Amino acid sequence: MANETHAVEAAAAVAGHAAEAAEKGGMPQLDFSTFPNQIFWLLLALGAIYWLLKNIAIPRIAGILADRAGTITGDLEAAEQYKLKAKDAEAAYAKALADARAQAQKIIAEARAAIQKDLDAATAKADADIAARVAQSEVKIAEIRAGALEAVQIVATETATAIVTALGGKADMGAVNAAVGQRVKG
Amino acid sequence: MEGDIVQMGAYIGAGLACTGMGGAAVGVGHVVGNFISGALRNPSAAASQTATMFIGIAFAEALGIFSFLVALLLMFAV
Amino acid sequence: MAEEAGTGLVFHPMEPFKIHSMFDGEPIRWFEFFVPTNATLWMAIGVVMIALLMVVGTLRRALVPGRIQSLAELAYGFVHKMVEDVAGKDGLVYFPYIFTMFLFILFSNFLGLIPMAFTPTSHIAVTGVMALGVFIGVTALGFMKHGSHFLNLFWVSAAPLPLRPILAVIEVISYFVRPVSHSIRLAGNMMAGHAVIEVFAAFAPVILISFVGVVVTPLALLAIVGMYALEILVAFVQAYVFTILTCVYLKDALHPGH
Repeated sequence: MANETHAVEAAAAVAGHAAEAAEKGGMPQLDFSTFPNQIFWLLLALGAIYWLLKNIAIPRIAGILADRAGTITGDLEAAEQYKLKAKDAEAAYAKALADARAQAQKIIAEARAAIQKDLDAATAKADADIAARVAQSEVKIAEIRAGALEAVQIVATETATAIVTALGGKADMGAVNAAVGQRVKG
Repeated sequence: MEGDIVQMGAYIGAGLACTGMGGAAVGVGHVVGNFISGALRNPSAAASQTATMFIGIAFAEALGIFSFLVALLLMFAV
Repeated sequence: MAEEAGTGLVFHPMEPFKIHSMFDGEPIRWFEFFVPTNATLWMAIGVVMIALLMVVGTLRRALVPGRIQSLAELAYGFVHKMVEDVAGKDGLVYFPYIFTMFLFILFSNFLGLIPMAFTPTSHIAVTGVMALGVFIGVTALGFMKHGSHFLNLFWVSAAPLPLRPILAVIEVISYFVRPVSHSIRLAGNMMAGHAVIEVFAAFAPVILISFVGVVVTPLALLAIVGMYALEILVAFVQAYVFTILTCVYLKDALHPGH
């Protein structure tokens, strides 16, 4: 290892100056006159650190860590609660949706029924109207037909009478009428 | 003259004491090397034994520090 | 190289560890323990920084933490988990003490990396007091909790009977070496890194003295950068190691059977 060789070098190098160092009293670590001072201040420093830690820092940090653990578990529980709530909400939403859909279906059906009713009524009315008109028209047609038959009969009778007269005969009104009526009917 | 011989002996002794650091180097290397070869065989157990490794290093290294201390004592205190 | 450059170079590897009074810059005497020194100054800066991080940084008690509060929570969580994992749940009672030491060491180490700064943890007096505190505290705790059963820690019941006395001697020795290695490890690491940087810094102005400096100076600067990066790592690792060893010793006191 490089450090050891460096250290060896260092020690060798230090040797060049050791005489002076020895005059100054050697290693400061072995200068026992500084021991009471160091120990006094060390104990004071350790006491101060111990007091700070024991009374302030350790309870505070332990509290922070406990708080954090508590918060984390609390948050997890809350998250669980929210999850359940979300599930409930989802179910309610689905139910509302289904209800709305059913309602809509109902309204549509009602509307359809109403429209159908109106339509049926209108149709019936229209049918009745049409039937009435047809009847009226038939009556009229019958009248016209009857009128026409009558006219045909009259014309045929007159024509027959005229023909018979033109032929020199004397028209027997009864016979002519009977013959015309028979022909017209047949 | 007598003092010079004593001083010479002290310096030679200091130099010899420094060879002890090589021993510490071997010891530390041995500890860490064995730890790593063990850790590679069973990596899952390595993390739990790191503290043990450091204790081992500390013991091995302390002896090197002792030799350094002896060297310093010979140079400055004797 | 050293011969050519040696004449003009000045090495002061121990200079950054000198302690002097804040008032007159003179070295202090043993009875002047109340005089503020540069060690006092940097310990105070460390305390202020810790207060800024742990107290002011958490003032808002934000549920979603900001940057400083995240750091404070990270440090808290790091040490809390370490104590819980290593020493067990019943070790958490001593968490404030361990957290205090961790933060003090961490801030001392890192503040000491500022150029011209002083590193309180590079002094054996400081680390020794902390390690002795841990040692005495843990030993007292072991005897208080388990009485004489605590001595089972040294009586390895898993070993064959003839070996046990020998092992007991070794265990006792290693137990009493604990505070020594515990304190010297931290102080030595801090001191070594700073001293090596100091030596390289002494090599840096060679270019002003000799033409060899064309090679030496860039190398020295590069070495300082590399050592500095290593020191940043070491500053954290040593705080971590000191803390985790404290936890290990605490575990031994709480559960001596294992």
